Amino acid sequence: MNTLKYQSQAVAKPYFVFAMILFVGQILFGLLMGLQYVVGDIVGGLIPFNVARMVHTNLLIVWLLFGFMGAAYYLVPEEAETELHSPKLAIALFWIFAAAGVATILGYLLVPYATLAHITGNDLWPTMGREFLEQPTITKIGIVVVALGFLYNLGMTILKGRKTAINMVMMTGLIGLAVFFLFAFYNPTNLALDKYFWWFVVHLWVEGVWELIMGAILAFVLIKVTGVDREVIEKWLYVIIAMALISGILGTGHHFYWLMTPAYWQWVGSIFSAIEPLPFFAMVLYAFNMVNRRRREHPNKAATLWALGTSVMAFLGAGVWGFLHTLAPVNYYTHGTQITAAHGHMAFYGAYAMIVMTIMSYAMPKLRGVGEANCNRAQVVEMWGFWLMTVGMVFITLFLTGAGVLQVWLQRLPESGEALSFMATQDKLAIFYWLREIAGVVFLLGLIAYLTSFFVTEKKAA
Amino acid sequence: MSERFTKGMARNIYYGGSIFFFLIFLALTFHTTKEMPKRDHRENITESVVRGKALWEDNNCIGCHTLIGEGAYFAPELANVYDRRGGEAGFKAFFNGWMKAQPLNIPGRRQMPQFNLNDQEIDDLAEFLKWTSEMDDNNWPPNIEG
Repeated sequence: MNTLKYQSQAVAKPYFVFAMILFVGQILFGLLMGLQYVVGDIVGGLIPFNVARMVHTNLLIVWLLFGFMGAAYYLVPEEAETELHSPKLAIALFWIFAAAGVATILGYLLVPYATLAHITGNDLWPTMGREFLEQPTITKIGIVVVALGFLYNLGMTILKGRKTAINMVMMTGLIGLAVFFLFAFYNPTNLALDKYFWWFVVHLWVEGVWELIMGAILAFVLIKVTGVDREVIEKWLYVIIAMALISGILGTGHHFYWLMTPAYWQWVGSIFSAIEPLPFFAMVLYAFNMVNRRRREHPNKAATLWALGTSVMAFLGAGVWGFLHTLAPVNYYTHGTQITAAHGHMAFYGAYAMIVMTIMSYAMPKLRGVGEANCNRAQVVEMWGFWLMTVGMVFITLFLTGAGVLQVWLQRLPESGEALSFMATQDKLAIFYWLREIAGVVFLLGLIAYLTSFFVTEKKAA
Repeated sequence: MSERFTKGMARNIYYGGSIFFFLIFLALTFHTTKEMPKRDHRENITESVVRGKALWEDNNCIGCHTLIGEGAYFAPELANVYDRRGGEAGFKAFFNGWMKAQPLNIPGRRQMPQFNLNDQEIDDLAEFLKWTSEMDDNNWPPNIEG
């Protein structure tokens, strides 16, 4: 049963499917790293930790980008009330991006990183070897080309169609994503400058323009599943993203406390990042409010659950766990400990992994020709996936927080001479790391349940 | 939200607020980059330090270690390793021995790979870590353990 309003929305499907394949890879490498934390020499000769981590974080970033692109190809035509400018371009870019992504990951796994840097000519234009920006320069150029084609395709679609607030916000977010990525090409020999502008990619993505993308996707899904008036939803959207950028832009300062920067960043960063939880809190109120005021009972219960879930988990992960260590006097002791890891895990899952699964939950039944929603059995399995992954992530975060608090206590708070060394401290944290690994297995089970739900059909009448 | 607060007003706050704060951010960034030379001691960036930074990147050191708290949390902080492991008197000797001894192959212990750097490269990396340790990063980390 074809329920797509515009047939060109179908290009979103390969993006979502490929995102899920990468997601599985991300989790498997995450589990490997979790094990390396406690059994340090496990397969270390074959897959050193730095390689596993690079694969884990890069797969995350790339699958989220695939998810955002799929979301954009799905929602932009529907909002603009017109077919996508060029479905062929969208499919061509899919294959280019997928091939570049796979080649890069294989490069990480098959040759030593220094060799990869050498054969991709990193000495000509060094951009590699910086956290999250490990991709060879040629891959980075490929990402820019794909992003330009993608923005052109969407831009032409919006130009000829209706310009809704959701589309404008989505587009601003995606353009911002592309523009700030350009800082990945700036790698001065002076580490002080390198570090400062590195945050223009990392922070201004995840605590800036990505929040616009998240807000736009959430607003789109809420309109669809609740039937609440667009005017109301778009007003909330503007309020939330206004708060997000007003707090988040100067909130970048919380990364400048301990760089070669003037001390006023400790005030600017503390004050503005203390406000950063507010937009996420508003998002919780808004999602629950809209669902309570719904004007229709949408058959896709799972999509509604994801929409509510992403708002709550983003608030906890990005808002609460971010606030925990964002004030400069606290951050002085927690910077670069497992507290940061705890925050990073829940924030990325809550805000970005879950928003992609929200739009997928809503769109995939339509993209696959199933109808408005999956059958009840499939939705039940999908919700099992939701709860297992979410509970798994809550416990991963709690155990990493436990590890982080103990790490600060043993390694950071005592004076030099009395403080435990890094490696000695790590030994004391082993129990937390084991528990985190178990929670990670629960997360994997949730992911398996989630993926299984795509293949569950209604029982045939006997 | 009340009916008197319209979508148009919300939109104006969004555009006005973001642009206003982004301009402040740019102004502070401009000021910060002007102040930075006093703190990063860029006059001490030698050819050797530059090569050291390239080696740091080409071997993905950040994939396990932190440098001023940024990176992976799997292996020790290295922005102050120069001070922690001997400083002027002993760091270079320690570091050369350390790099050549990897992997330590202690059962169960986290393994640092062998990167096969020659003596010149190890010296460059040491110079990079020395220069890094001498920057003024607002007194972080709290103690020598990093």
